[in-house]
Amino acid sequence: MSQLRVQDLWKSYDEGPVLRGLDLVVEPGALTAVLGPSGCGKTTLLRVIAGFERAEQGEVVLGGRTLENEHVNVAPEKRGIGYVPQEGALFPHLSVEANVGFGLPRRERRGAVVSELLEMVGIAGLAKRLPHELSGGEQQRVALARALARKPHVLLLDEPFSSLDASLRGIVREEVHQLLREQGATTVLVTHDQEEALSLADSVAVLRGGRIVQHAVPSELYEAPVDHELATFLGAVNLIDAEIEGATARTPLGPLALRERPQGEPSGDTAGATLVMVRPEQLEIHPSDGAAAAGPGELPGRVEECRYYGHDALLKIRPDDPRVTVLLARVHGELALPAGAQVTIAAHGPVSVV
Amino acid sequence: MGATATESRPPSLARAWSARGRWPLGTLAGALLAAGLVLLPLAFVVVEALHPGFGEARRLLLRHTVAVLLWNTARLAVACTLLCAVLGIGAAWCVERSSLPARRLWAVLLVLPLGIPDFVIGFGWVSIAPGLRGYPAAVMIMTLSLYPLVYLPVASSLRHLDGSLEEAARSLGLGPWRAFTRVTLRQIRPALLGGCLLVALALMAEYGAFEIVEYRTFTVAIFTQFQLGFDTAAACVLSLVLVALSVAVLAGELALSGPADGRRSTRGPRRPAPRVRLGRLVALPLAGLASVAALALGVPVGALVYWLIQGGSSTLPATSVGAAIGHTAAYSAGAAALATALALPVVMLVTRHRNRFTVLLERLSYLPMALPGVVVALGLVSFTINHAFALYQSSLELIVAYAILFLPLAVVGVRSSIGAAPERLEEIGRSLGAGRIAVWRRVTLPLIAPGLAVAFALVFISSATELTATLLLRPTGVNTLATRFWAYTSELSYGSAAPYAAMMVAVSAVPAYLISRRVSRAAPAEASR
Repeated sequence: MSQLRVQDLWKSYDEGPVLRGLDLVVEPGALTAVLGPSGCGKTTLLRVIAGFERAEQGEVVLGGRTLENEHVNVAPEKRGIGYVPQEGALFPHLSVEANVGFGLPRRERRGAVVSELLEMVGIAGLAKRLPHELSGGEQQRVALARALARKPHVLLLDEPFSSLDASLRGIVREEVHQLLREQGATTVLVTHDQEEALSLADSVAVLRGGRIVQHAVPSELYEAPVDHELATFLGAVNLIDAEIEGATARTPLGPLALRERPQGEPSGDTAGATLVMVRPEQLEIHPSDGAAAAGPGELPGRVEECRYYGHDALLKIRPDDPRVTVLLARVHGELALPAGAQVTIAAHGPVSVV
Repeated sequence: MGATATESRPPSLARAWSARGRWPLGTLAGALLAAGLVLLPLAFVVVEALHPGFGEARRLLLRHTVAVLLWNTARLAVACTLLCAVLGIGAAWCVERSSLPARRLWAVLLVLPLGIPDFVIGFGWVSIAPGLRGYPAAVMIMTLSLYPLVYLPVASSLRHLDGSLEEAARSLGLGPWRAFTRVTLRQIRPALLGGCLLVALALMAEYGAFEIVEYRTFTVAIFTQFQLGFDTAAACVLSLVLVALSVAVLAGELALSGPADGRRSTRGPRRPAPRVRLGRLVALPLAGLASVAALALGVPVGALVYWLIQGGSSTLPATSVGAAIGHTAAYSAGAAALATALALPVVMLVTRHRNRFTVLLERLSYLPMALPGVVVALGLVSFTINHAFALYQSSLELIVAYAILFLPLAVVGVRSSIGAAPERLEEIGRSLGAGRIAVWRRVTLPLIAPGLAVAFALVFISSATELTATLLLRPTGVNTLATRFWAYTSELSYGSAAPYAAMMVAVSAVPAYLISRRVSRAAPAEASR
């Protein structure tokens, strides 16, 4: 198992630069998600790593071996990198079995290795089928087995689940996750789906404007994103005026603890007036009859709108305090209060400055 | 693990350039060779035409003969193209959109004349009706042999038409006839124009059939000037006029058809259009189609059979038929292989590296459509006589001529399946550890093989039944099916000519039938996707 290191990668097409000095380190055995909106260069990154495209500048190093730099350009077939493209891209003229065995030495192509792989991805019965006779999920599994057959040092997955319909996506995603865990394969998964990235990956690298803007474990990314734009990209968010004093933010919702910044981040310049980020889950809502006064650290307000999702509900609340315009709160399904209901709002720290 | 904030500079222009443009040099060389070969004969026709000086070329151009030839060629092209259009649309409508009985049989019978060389159809008619001469005979024979070129694309277009469009037109208050002209006809227009273009170009290039009915068009005149008069300059001047005419026809088709083909406004599955119930009127189209089949297929085939029996195989040395078959097969196979090999890099280049330059190279490969066989032959003759005498009247020269002439067919054939082998499949193959050559052999070749086979078959058929260039370029003393047939027909020994014609029909009719079946069968498969 080897570490994959990408350094200062530049790549442009006729329309302009796509990657602008991208840096990324993928630890051995980890599943790293590269998250970004469509067209941000995710696929280009994978294609450069796989060796399908040359970078204009920068370096790709796998386990100490330089695959790509100014002078070196290792051919794709000599990199030991597996690639699973978006639509699977199975060879249409070859059976499932032959697809999976494609990269194996000739005498192993029909042997036990292939059947074990098919067994592993759960399609042992389909060995003789042709790709067009398979469903989308089955095609995806064949593509995965095909890439794993050669025991690649790194596996690249390009939006592997986006072509599947919603009901199937969850199942296949879980199975693939399980499989990759068992294999201990170093994996880079590219996706535009933040839920997918956060739930599957050991670490998530956010790609924007051709660079990685933040690379962190999912919880850190969600709770302490580097900026406002990323905060909203990862989920709904409330931005609240605050006054920073040491490790505390004074807000209309009362004093809230500040989250500790990861090492190396400057924090001195955040003193004074700023905005803090409070996720909707961090707000606690209690129905009130309006008569009882709100306790300390509680803000009275009124429900303006309610979106009911079954497992939970999102409330849009307008606090009586004019300093706070509107708050989004995620509550249990049974707390889906009708518009106009009186509530009290309390916040739980820690919060992050954005 | 936060984002590193180290300063990063964009690469220098030179590095960016070298990383960007990875031209596949081998493919590029192949495509350039194809383009060069296509331009070579045309260039030499121009050189020869201007050789005696500009004034002389001018004198040759502004002759009364040229005006006569222009009139002959134009009125023939207009009449034949219109007749083919009417016949083609009518037949296609009957087969695809009406309740005509035995539609499958008709579909085959209507296409089969395509498998008979035009000069064999001419031979068939003239051999039983020796009085057939001049303009009316030329119009009739060419219409009967060329209408399938309109019928095939129009029928295919009608079959794939979305029936809901006509229904929408009817619900908007149009009667059936107006719905047909305003909606259906508009939809099949690209197919119709494409078919008419092929008819007009074939008319420009035809030599044998017109020689038989003694009708003088440009091609006939060029052939005579060169072969009998040895007047290369005059032949080349006439060739340039002929090429200009063909190019004008091509440009006209482009201007008329516009970029609209293939547009579809509706989403979702197409609904096949309903067939019109003919009722008691069925006798009318039945009689019409039966007479077309009888005239286009019955007469030539009947004549052939008649002469085959009359001629008596005993009088004919079977060895000469065998030798002619051998030569025809060898030349045609060589040409088919060469044309396919030339078409492949052109198509690869334009599909994988599309830019202005590669698109130009692809367009150039279609240029031979506007180059009649006689012009290509003339150009190659003057090139080899002046610069490569060793190749003059060699087998190689003839094979190259065929390959140039039928390069457009090969390009069309290869194009038909190049989409089945996208670049990303090759990339996947390489990421699975197979090298460039192994990927080509294990992935690309199997996927494009059907297209290569179609390209090979199309060029093979066309070469085997080519007459004009063959007569001018064949190595001395070597005879192919076409030249033997021609020699006997010129002597009016129809009985001796018949076996050669029959062999040519056999060579081309079977693949023509298979291709027409393929085209009609490809339809439902495509629709079900």
